[in-house]
Amino acid sequence: MGMDSLIGGTIWDEYSQKVTDLMNNPQNMGEITQEQADEMGAKLIVADFGAESCGDAVRLYWAVHPKSDVIMLSKFKSFGCGTAIASSDTMAELCKGKTVDEAVKITNIDVEMAMRDNPETPAVPPQKMHCSVMAYDVIKKAAAQYKGVDMESFEKEIIVCECARVTLSTLKEVIRLNDLTSIEQITDYTKAGAFCKSCIKPGGHEAKDIYLVDLLEEYEQEKMAKSADAVASGANLPFLEMTVVQKLKAVDKVIDDNIRQMLIMDGGDMEILDIKENGENIDIYIRYLGACNGCASSSTGTLFAIENILREKLHPEIRVLPI
Amino acid sequence: MRVYLDNNATTIVDPHVFEQMEPFFVQKYGNPNSLHQFASDTHAPLKSAMEKIYAGIHAHKDDNVVITSCATESNNWVFKSIYFEYIITGRKNHIIISEVEHPSVIASAKFLESQGCRVTYLPINNEGLIEAQTVRDYITDKTALVSIMWANNETGAIFPIEEIGEICKEKGVLFHTDAVQAIGKLPVDVQSANIDYLTLSAHKFHGPKGVGALYMKKGKELTPLFHGGSQMGGHRSGTLNVAGIVGMGKAMEQAVDALDYEMADIREMRDDFEDKLLEIEDTFVVTPRDKRTPNTILISFRGIEGESMLWDLNRSNIAASTGSACASEDLEANSVMEAIGAAEDLAHTAIRFSLSRYTTQEELEFTLAVVKEAVTRLRGISSSYAYAPEGHESGLDAHH
Repeated sequence: MGMDSLIGGTIWDEYSQKVTDLMNNPQNMGEITQEQADEMGAKLIVADFGAESCGDAVRLYWAVHPKSDVIMLSKFKSFGCGTAIASSDTMAELCKGKTVDEAVKITNIDVEMAMRDNPETPAVPPQKMHCSVMAYDVIKKAAAQYKGVDMESFEKEIIVCECARVTLSTLKEVIRLNDLTSIEQITDYTKAGAFCKSCIKPGGHEAKDIYLVDLLEEYEQEKMAKSADAVASGANLPFLEMTVVQKLKAVDKVIDDNIRQMLIMDGGDMEILDIKENGENIDIYIRYLGACNGCASSSTGTLFAIENILREKLHPEIRVLPI
Repeated sequence: MRVYLDNNATTIVDPHVFEQMEPFFVQKYGNPNSLHQFASDTHAPLKSAMEKIYAGIHAHKDDNVVITSCATESNNWVFKSIYFEYIITGRKNHIIISEVEHPSVIASAKFLESQGCRVTYLPINNEGLIEAQTVRDYITDKTALVSIMWANNETGAIFPIEEIGEICKEKGVLFHTDAVQAIGKLPVDVQSANIDYLTLSAHKFHGPKGVGALYMKKGKELTPLFHGGSQMGGHRSGTLNVAGIVGMGKAMEQAVDALDYEMADIREMRDDFEDKLLEIEDTFVVTPRDKRTPNTILISFRGIEGESMLWDLNRSNIAASTGSACASEDLEANSVMEAIGAAEDLAHTAIRFSLSRYTTQEELEFTLAVVKEAVTRLRGISSSYAYAPEGHESGLDAHH
């Protein structure tokens, strides 16, 4: 923000030299035919990801050694912008010589890091980070095909922000621990939403199952529910401003927390009958139950204990009147 | 060779325009409102410039053509004044725009929408055109404003402004048109088209950046946005941009003079260039030529994402444009292409070439050769044209 944000530059200025070079002259661009794979004694894998209608698509070709699972040759074809082509190229390069299991561990962040000119400077501007995600997804697709399993089986966690690879569980935890209330805060804490912005809210480049706004909403609801409970019990209100029901609940809670256990141990109990404001005083009418009924202490020690705790916790002018 | 085919974005300042502006920086720099010779030196040139601007759009001398800083200001002024005069007062609660207006119109309409005004977004048809009669269908007695651009910046599609003006007049609804893409490319006459408000911007017709205008018909004056020293008759305060106004006047004069050349010669060059582009396999143009500004081509190259085509053109020093996917900040497909309902896989493949009177035949031939090379290279990379073994089920058709 500030000066740098006032006059936009072209996104191309933010591409690393490596991205530029790979766009101009991709190294692993091409295809592997069935014949070529047969000659190598390899299994041909052709995996597609994306769609032209979404603005980017990639086809990945692998020739995999059937015994060792090593990717002997890796090629790509891509419909997309310069970053999509450079990312696909880098991804295909990173696959070469790895086993399929090793290749599945390559993430979009590895792809982006490999395209940096120096370790500190991102290879692409934030909104282009999305392009490298496609490269990562197509590897999983190819591996799933090779192993005859579902693509989802490689992902143990639900990823909400694919660009920065932030999981659902991380986001939920960070939002709660830090009491986050805005997208900007989530981005500051986790980097989620800093790149292609698709994960922030519906209507972005790509449709998602879970958006950051949903998580904020969910947390907000949770907080509301908690404070609604608090309001229902009147916990946050001064005693005199409570409704009669809230007052009864509040008194009951104080008795529960401090007195009732004692009475029950002695084989008794008590109930609250009514609360009335009587001039300066707030009169709380109670009835003793069980062993308390008729106990000597019920009009002296026990009564004072009840009255004192209610005065302390709720209001100094409370009088307790047993009936 | 450096080739500039992005004239719908901005244009070169005509050297004659620049020449006329130059004295107002170092020699005749007086504030026109002051009382001394420095000020007086600016009066005749300003008057002459204003006369050229009025003449260029056939404004009556009792109308107000108020100089602004740009088309975005002019467009915002219309919408925000409508808000102050009609919406906030509860007199009206509805406006009509097209779904392919310039962002300064769409965003202003959305702002009014956020303040409780109802907005109708008129659809374009599958040729990128608007049918005037649909405007009639949407007007109610609560409609405060209809705002439809004269010509679209992306496709060059010309909208039926005169018919829409007639409908608005008949219904008693205010009519605004953003004519930024029309000046210098089409005859613009505010009288015959029944226009109440018209936006224009100098840098789209070989004038300088930072100066535009809003035409307001006599009796239809808007609440000012800029209050201050009562310049521009109190309609828009702020020290006059003397050099800018002088430049816009000269640019308007030249645009009027060059209109025949634009509509005949540039049109012919454009058509010829377009014919040759369309000879490349799997290329598509949507809006018919005679319903487009004479300088504009929006063409799709199947299998080539727009930004990658721009990349290859730029490597050969050719400037063109795309509103598609990766080139823009918001990563969205060309919105006009989407509105047209073009096949979805083509929405990301559109490239706009926009010519000007400075474009030469030689430049177009060079561009054609570069485009052909780029098509070969980029389709070679593209997954759309890639090999698949027998029985491979393509996963590239579906949405992800």
